[in-house]
Amino acid sequence: MVEIRFHGRGGQGAVTSAELTALAAIEEGKFGQAFPSFGPERRGAPVMAFVRVSDSPIVTREKVYQPDIVIVLDPTLLKIVNVEEGLKEGGVVILNTPKSAAQVREENGIKARLATVDGTKIAVETMRVPIANTTMLGALVKATGLIRMSCLQGPIKHRFGPIADKNLKACSRAFDETQLVEG
Amino acid sequence: MEQTLILTGAQAAAEAARLSRVQVVAAYPITPQSKIPETLSGYVEQGALKAEFVRVESEHSAMGVCIAASIAGARAFTATASNGLAYMHEQLHWAAGSRLPIVMPVANRGVGAPWTILNDCQDTISQRDTGWMQFYCMNNQEVLDLVIVAFKAAEKLLIPCMVCFDGFLLSHTYMPVAVPGQKEVDVFLPPYVPFHTMDGDNPVNINPVVTSEPIPDPDGVLSPGYIGFRHRLQKSHEGALPVIRQAGREFGQVFGRSYEDPLFGYRAEDADFVFVAMGAIAGEACEAVDALRQEGVKAGVIALRIYRPFPALELYQALRHRRVVGVIEKAISYGYEGALASELKAAFYGKGGPMPLISNYIAGLGGKELPTADLVEAARQSITAAQNGVVPEGAQWIGC
Repeated sequence: MVEIRFHGRGGQGAVTSAELTALAAIEEGKFGQAFPSFGPERRGAPVMAFVRVSDSPIVTREKVYQPDIVIVLDPTLLKIVNVEEGLKEGGVVILNTPKSAAQVREENGIKARLATVDGTKIAVETMRVPIANTTMLGALVKATGLIRMSCLQGPIKHRFGPIADKNLKACSRAFDETQLVEG
Repeated sequence: MEQTLILTGAQAAAEAARLSRVQVVAAYPITPQSKIPETLSGYVEQGALKAEFVRVESEHSAMGVCIAASIAGARAFTATASNGLAYMHEQLHWAAGSRLPIVMPVANRGVGAPWTILNDCQDTISQRDTGWMQFYCMNNQEVLDLVIVAFKAAEKLLIPCMVCFDGFLLSHTYMPVAVPGQKEVDVFLPPYVPFHTMDGDNPVNINPVVTSEPIPDPDGVLSPGYIGFRHRLQKSHEGALPVIRQAGREFGQVFGRSYEDPLFGYRAEDADFVFVAMGAIAGEACEAVDALRQEGVKAGVIALRIYRPFPALELYQALRHRRVVGVIEKAISYGYEGALASELKAAFYGKGGPMPLISNYIAGLGGKELPTADLVEAARQSITAAQNGVVPEGAQWIGC
């Protein structure tokens, strides 16, 4: 079982990302589960969402405490949230950041394997909105290979209809531009 | 044709209502079930569901609308949770007493005070004695399936049914759900044929004041007194399990997922220790069982899908040869213990022969996380006590 934790701010689509990841896993013939951090949510406040992907049915409803993968949708969260908390040995942190991996390591002390991409820039250039939730799924595919890009297409098309193509373009550009460095 | 979608529990409940072709939806929002009427309002607007969508000013009125609609002969539906369900309490008695087959999903949530929007089962357990049937779901597939099964059973029995599922843990969690095709559901659940309908040419007085003794109506036919009506409701409940099982079996024949068994069992056949639970918590118990088995403890789970009518005989049969039982509950009857624990113990009374040592754990109130490790610890505690021939005294609280 692979467990993922998304960090975002209310309104940035962390829950949607989680749902799309679970859907893509199901497209691959695996089992998927996605859920938000439960409770009242405010636009702009730090939020989390969780995904489990498994080869067998998932019965647990526990929160994810020890993720294999952490995805950070908003670069400003690094100052206020310990995104590495509970990360498994050998786990990977995937960051939306304009900075290089080396810079992030130096400024935020992140020790784990690190994948970086300037998701907000890609989102603004392709979709004209600074919301990088679907964009960062491209980084997830590149950094982990957990799901295939082709399996994201159906769920994104279904979810976004007329603006799906732009989302897919952003996703695919993020795939190309993501840099992975070992911990 | 069946299609697998990834749905929240609330969406699954709404899909079930659409597939059941409900004719009246009474809608009043309360977290965590609001997505149910929200989704249905979209379906009604798009014409995908031909139903009266009635926006009301309270949960009490929501049930009032369902009662009126059901008396008029419509398949009626609403959903609620928590204090909303508590506010509906008086009308719940009216619905059951009037023998109306209303089906209502409840996204289980703790009841204030203090205010919480998060999950436990105190809301529905507190409505245990209103005369409604209660089903409990372990996952979103069961939410969808059991709403449809509930209509089938309720309309045969003329007893309303709550389909209870954990708020957030199911209502807001996305997971795969096989959504059956409309044609197949139509075969399983034909249109509702009401026992009575409203007829302007033959006006009747519904639910008049009754006396304590039977009295003749204008045609000289004896109608029961109050206790007689109540006795009939109880008798129907006593005969309800075979009807629900039959509906669950037929559902399995059409859709391949049978709900004939009111209990769900996991590694329980050879178990020395068994968790007994209802709802999503049973999934956590399965995880704990796997952990215990790795330690060499023969553990298992028995979960109740049906709580009212109470499957006392089935529980007795499933558990009589087990040594130790830990009942995990997300609700309590204050001043004593969890209701399920009391009722499970009563199921063994007068049967003779051996019975397990039954301990009771209260957990997860107001969304309190229940880690697998805590369940494993609870099992160890029960097993250790049992080795000395005792059970931990009173309800044990996990996580506080």
